[in-house]
Amino acid sequence: MTEPVTFQIQRYRPEVEDEPTWESFGVPCRSEWMILDALNHIKDHVDGSLSYRWACRMGVCGSCGMLVNGEPVLTCATYVTSVLPGPVRVEPLRGFPVMRDLVSDISDFVRKLESVKPWIVRKSEKSLEEGEYLQTPREMGEYEQYSMCINCMLCYSACPIYELEPDFLGPAVIALAQRYNLDSRDEGSEERMDILSRQDGIWCCTFVGECSAVCPKNVDPAGAIQRLKVTSTVHAFKSLLMPWAGR
Amino acid sequence: MGGPVNPGYTRHHPRWHRRRIPIFWWLEKASYTKFIARELTSLAVGYTALVLMLQVWSLARGPESYDRFVSWLQLRPVVALHIVMLGLLVYHSVTWLSLAPRALVLRFARRRLPGTVVLLMHYAAWLVASAAVLWLLVAG
Repeated sequence: MTEPVTFQIQRYRPEVEDEPTWESFGVPCRSEWMILDALNHIKDHVDGSLSYRWACRMGVCGSCGMLVNGEPVLTCATYVTSVLPGPVRVEPLRGFPVMRDLVSDISDFVRKLESVKPWIVRKSEKSLEEGEYLQTPREMGEYEQYSMCINCMLCYSACPIYELEPDFLGPAVIALAQRYNLDSRDEGSEERMDILSRQDGIWCCTFVGECSAVCPKNVDPAGAIQRLKVTSTVHAFKSLLMPWAGR
Repeated sequence: MGGPVNPGYTRHHPRWHRRRIPIFWWLEKASYTKFIARELTSLAVGYTALVLMLQVWSLARGPESYDRFVSWLQLRPVVALHIVMLGLLVYHSVTWLSLAPRALVLRFARRRLPGTVVLLMHYAAWLVASAAVLWLLVAG
C-alpha cells in the first residue's frame, strides 16, 4: 500500500486520564497485514506504551479480540485491506471494564465459565483396567460445534444484553456448558442446568443473535441458548406433570 | 514526571473504565434495531389477543353486545389501525418463525433435519391453523 493507513485507537491510561481518548497513528501497512500487524508496528516503532493482548497470531488463542470499526473481530484474522478506506477505529471489547488502552478485565467471564463446570463430570470414574470412555463419531457430532469455542469473548462484546445485565452468564459460557451437556461421556448436566436455568442464565437471553453472527468459529451460542431453553422447559413440565419420575 | 495526574488511580487499586450505555444503544447496529423492532411488535400480538378476547366476551353477553362490537370494528380508524396491526403481526410472526430452526433440533431416522425443513414445518402449521380459522369463519 502506498499511502499510510490512519488508525484511530482508543487509549485509556488510568494514571493520567479519567475517560478514554482517541489517538491517531499513520501506519505504512503492507497488503497482507492483519490489524494486529498494524498494532504491533505502532508498538514497535511509534509508541511502546500502547497496550493490548495477543499471543498466537493464528486465530486459536482468542486473545486479540477487539472492536474494529465497531465490529468485534479477532485482529489477527482481519486483513487491514478488508476495513479500508480508513480511518480504522480500534477499541477494546465492549461489555468488559477497560484496564488500559485495548486491554479489558475478563475476570467476570472466567468466574462464570468456572461456575458451569466446563469439563467432563463423572459420578464415578472407571478404573484404568476398564479402558477409555468410547464415543461414536455421531455422539461426537452432537457437541463438536460447541467445542470449537476459543473463549475470545467476541460474542460477549456483540451481546447488548450482557452489557445491560452484567449478571448474565453470557453466550460462550452457555455454549460451553451445552458442549459438555451433549457429551455422551458427561454426567454433570443436572448440576449445570441448575445454574443455566436461573434468571441470569439462559432466560436472560432475548435472542438478539449477534453472538452467533460475530463468532469466528461458527459456534452458534445463540442456538445453544435456545436449545437449552427448550430442554429447561421440557424438564420443568416433566417435573410438574410427573414429579415421581425425577429429572 | 511526579505522581499520577489522576488522583483516583494507584498502582494497587487501579481504576477500570466502564462505558456508560447510551439510551439509543439499539440504533448502533442494524441487527440491534431489527431485534428491538421484533420485540416491540409483540405489543401488536398482545393487542390482537386482547381484541379477540373482547370479541368472545361481547359474544357471550348477547347479540346486542356483539353487534356493538362489530360496528366498532367497522369504524374507519379501527380498520386502519387493524391493517397496521396486521402488518406488525406478520413481521413478528415471520421473524419469530425464522428463529425456530435455531432452537429446535428434530431428528428423522437418527439424522438431524436441516433448518429449512424445520422452518417449512412451522409455516405449514401456520397455514393449517389459518385455514382452520378461515373455515370456522366461512362455515359460521
